[in-house]
Amino acid sequence: MENRHVNAIIVGAGAGGGVVAKELSVAGLSVVLFERGAWATYDDIDTDELNSQRAHALSNGYGPDNVRNKRVKIYPDGSSKIVLPTEAYSNNAACVGSGTVSYGAMAWRYMQEDFKLRTTYGHVEGSTLEDWPISYEDLEPCYEKAEWELGVAGDDSQNPFAPPRNKPQPMPPFSHNKEAQMLHDAALRLGFHPFPIPMLRNSVPYGGRPACYRMRTCAGFACPVSAKAGTHNTVIPIALESGNCELRINSVVSEIIVNDQGKITGIYYFDANNKKQKQTADIVIIAASATETPRLLLNSKSKFFPKGIGNENDWVGRNLQGHAYTGAFGIFNEDVFDDLGPGASVAICDFSHHNKGIMGGGMLANEFIRMPYLFSDIRPPGAARWGAEHKDFQRKNFKKVAQVIGPYQEHPVFDARIDVDPLVKDFWGIPVARLSGFRHEKDVEGCKFMSEKAELWLKEAGAIYTWQNVGGGKGLSGGQHQAGTCRMGNDPKTSVTDKWGRVHSVPNLFIADGSLHVNNGGFNPALTIMALGYRVGGYIAGEWSKGNRFK
Amino acid sequence: MENSKKISRRKFLSLSLLGVGGVALISLNPFSKSTSSNWRFFTNDEGVLVDALAEQIIPTDESMGARDAGATNFIDKQLMGPYIRYQETYRKGLKAIQETCKTNFKKSFEALEWEEQTKFLQSMEAGKIEGSNWEKGFDKEFFELIRSHTMQSFYGSPRHGGNKNNVSYKMMRLDYPVIIGQNRYKV
Ligand SMILES: Cc1cc2nc3c(=O)[nH]c(=O)nc-3n(C[C@H](O)[C@H](O)[C@H](O)COP(=O)(O)OP(=O)(O)OC[C@H]3O[C@@H](n4cnc5c(N)ncnc54)[C@H](O)[C@@H]3O)c2cc1C
Repeated sequence: MENRHVNAIIVGAGAGGGVVAKELSVAGLSVVLFERGAWATYDDIDTDELNSQRAHALSNGYGPDNVRNKRVKIYPDGSSKIVLPTEAYSNNAACVGSGTVSYGAMAWRYMQEDFKLRTTYGHVEGSTLEDWPISYEDLEPCYEKAEWELGVAGDDSQNPFAPPRNKPQPMPPFSHNKEAQMLHDAALRLGFHPFPIPMLRNSVPYGGRPACYRMRTCAGFACPVSAKAGTHNTVIPIALESGNCELRINSVVSEIIVNDQGKITGIYYFDANNKKQKQTADIVIIAASATETPRLLLNSKSKFFPKGIGNENDWVGRNLQGHAYTGAFGIFNEDVFDDLGPGASVAICDFSHHNKGIMGGGMLANEFIRMPYLFSDIRPPGAARWGAEHKDFQRKNFKKVAQVIGPYQEHPVFDARIDVDPLVKDFWGIPVARLSGFRHEKDVEGCKFMSEKAELWLKEAGAIYTWQNVGGGKGLSGGQHQAGTCRMGNDPKTSVTDKWGRVHSVPNLFIADGSLHVNNGGFNPALTIMALGYRVGGYIAGEWSKGNRFK
Repeated sequence: MENSKKISRRKFLSLSLLGVGGVALISLNPFSKSTSSNWRFFTNDEGVLVDALAEQIIPTDESMGARDAGATNFIDKQLMGPYIRYQETYRKGLKAIQETCKTNFKKSFEALEWEEQTKFLQSMEAGKIEGSNWEKGFDKEFFELIRSHTMQSFYGSPRHGGNKNNVSYKMMRLDYPVIIGQNRYKV
C-alpha cells in the first residue's frame, strides 16, 4: 500500500526536528516525522556505569546499536578504520528526542559575538571563521520560544555577560550542591561572576511535568520522572496531539527523491521491518544531525545533483565542529563529592570572549555525574595507570576531586568533514558517513587559556593539588556537540542554506539541526538548535499560510 | 499500559541478544572453545592467565582485587556479547603472552614472581615486547584492551559479571551505586 502524500516530511526527531514537527503540525500542515531509533523511555532502557550516553563501553543506551551502524574514520596519519557507535563514531544518540532524552540539559543562548565571529576577530589563517547570516537579535524571539515551550530554569540577570533578552527564563534557577557552592564562593573572591547554569529542566513543576528531584543519574541518562525537557516530552507530544503529525519510528531514511524535472518529491526509507518504502511530500526538512544530514544529502545523487543535493560548490559536510572540552581537576583535603544532582550548576562567562591572544573562549562550569569507571582514567600527569597505586588513588580520591570544565569555541576548518565512504555500507546497504580532517592548530591555545583559568578557580576553592586537562589537540571534533556541516549563509558559493535554512539550490528542501551552525559558540548547542528549529519551522508555517508552496 | 511496557522490554532484550551475537552466533563462531571449560569463551588455561593479568591491574590489598571480584567472568561474558569483536585479539594475545614467557623465562606468566609479572606488563604497556608473536604495536594494543576491560569489570555494574557485591563502590565509600535504579533490572 502506498503511503498517503503529506505536506511535509521531517527526517530526524531530535532537538531540531522535534521543534519543526510541532511548528508545522500546529499550523495545520500534515507531517510525517521519521526517526531511525525507537521511543526510549527510562523504563525500557537498561543503563548503568558501562552502558549509557555518558559511558558507553558496552553500549549506547539510547542508540544507535553496534550491529547495524558504523562509520569510517580517517586518522591524521592517513590510516582509516571502520568505527562502531561505541567507538570513535562521533555519536550523539538515535531515539525519539535523540540527545535531548539523555543530555545534561544545559540551556545556553549563544552570545552576540558568537554570531559575528569574523567581525569580532577577523580572518584566521586556515579557518573558515565567518559571521552568521543572522544576528543574535534575529534569533532572540526563537530562544524565548524554546525556553518557554520546553521550559528552562535559570536567572540570566545574575550573569553580566548574558546577551539581552525580552523575557526572563520561566522557572527559578537550581540551587548549588556542596561542590558548586564552594566554587561559587571562590569565583566571587577571584572577581569572577558566577551564576546558576540555565537548564532545560524543571526546578518547579512545569508543562505538566514534575520538578527535578535532584538525583545525579542525569547527564547521559533519561530522567526517571521526566523533569528534564527534551523534544520527546514537550514539542513532539504537542505535534502528535494536533492530529496532523505521524511519527514513524525505527524508520531509516536512505535517500531524497528527485523526479525527472529535478524537483524534490519525497524520500525513500527502510521501515521497522527493513522494507524499503516511499513517502512523498510537498516539502522535505532534514534534521538528522550534523553527521547524518550531510550523509543523506550526499547519498542523494541524480543527474540533476551529480555531487549530491545542495553540494554544487562542495560545501555539504564541511566545517565539522563540536567542542574542544578543556579544564582542570583539583584534589581537596576533605570530601567535595555531593550526590545532589544534577551536578553541574555553577558557571562563569568571564572568559567567553575578548580574551587576549585567542579567538573566542568558552564558559566554564563544574561537572555532572562522575562515574567510578570513568574516574579510573582521571589521574594527574605521571600517576600510575594501573596497579596498587592506581587503585589506592581511586579509593582515596574519588570523593575528593572536583572538576571545572568548559567547551572552547572551535575554529571551523574546511577540511574537517563528513563525506560518504565509497565502499562501506550499513545494515540497510546505505553508504556510511566518513569522518576526516582535524582541528585547527589554534584550538589548543584557546583550550590552554581556559584550562589555566579553571585551575586558578580550583586553587582558590581550596584544592591542594591541581592539574590541567587541555583539550583541542590534533584529531577531529564532532561528537555529542557536532555542528556546522551544512552552514547557513547569504552566498550560495560558501554555504549550503540561506538564512531560513532553505537549501540554496532547492526551493522545497530545508535543514533544521546543528548542521546549520556557522560556528558552534563557547556553549553547549541544544538550545540554539531548538531556536533554529523555531526559526525554520516558523518561516515555513508563515509562508505556507500565505499560500507559498515552495515550488 | 503496564503489560505493553513489559512486552516491549522483553522484545528489546531478545533483539539485543540476537543482534549482539550472544546466543545466535555461538555456533557460527570460529573462535569458540572446543573442549569442556568452566568459561563461556576462554579455555581453563586462558582463564588462569586472565585471572593473573587482572590481579596485576587491580591487585588485592586491604580490599578485594579485580581477580576475586570477577574480572575474568566479566571479560568472558562480554566476549560472547558486545565484545565478540575482540575474541580473536584475546585468543592471539593470550597465546603470545604465554609463548613469550615460556621462551624468555621457561615459565607461564602466572608462574612468574609478582615483580616479574609487573615488569612484563610494563614492557607491554611501553610497546617493548619482542618476538614473532607480536606484530608492531600489538603488545601495547592488547595491554590497553585488558587494562580497560579490567577497569570496566571492577568499576562497572556487578550485573555485567565483575565488581562482586559492589566491592569497588564500597572501597570508594559509596553507599550505593552512583547510577541509581539498577535494582529494577532483571538481568
Ligand atoms: C550525554 C549528552 C549530554 C548532552 N548535554 C547537553 C547539554 O547539557 N546541553 C546542550 O545544549 N546539549 C547537550 N547535548 C547535545 C545535544 O543533545 C545535541 O546538541 C542535540 O541533540 C543535537 O540536535 P540535532 O537536532 O542537530 O540532532 P539530534 O538531536 O541528534 O537529532 C537527529 C535525529 O535524527 C535521527 N536520524 C539520523 N539519521 C536518520 C535517518 N537517516 N533516518 C531517520 N532518522 C535519522 C537521529 O536518530 C536523531 O534522533 C548532550 C548530548 C548528549 C548525548
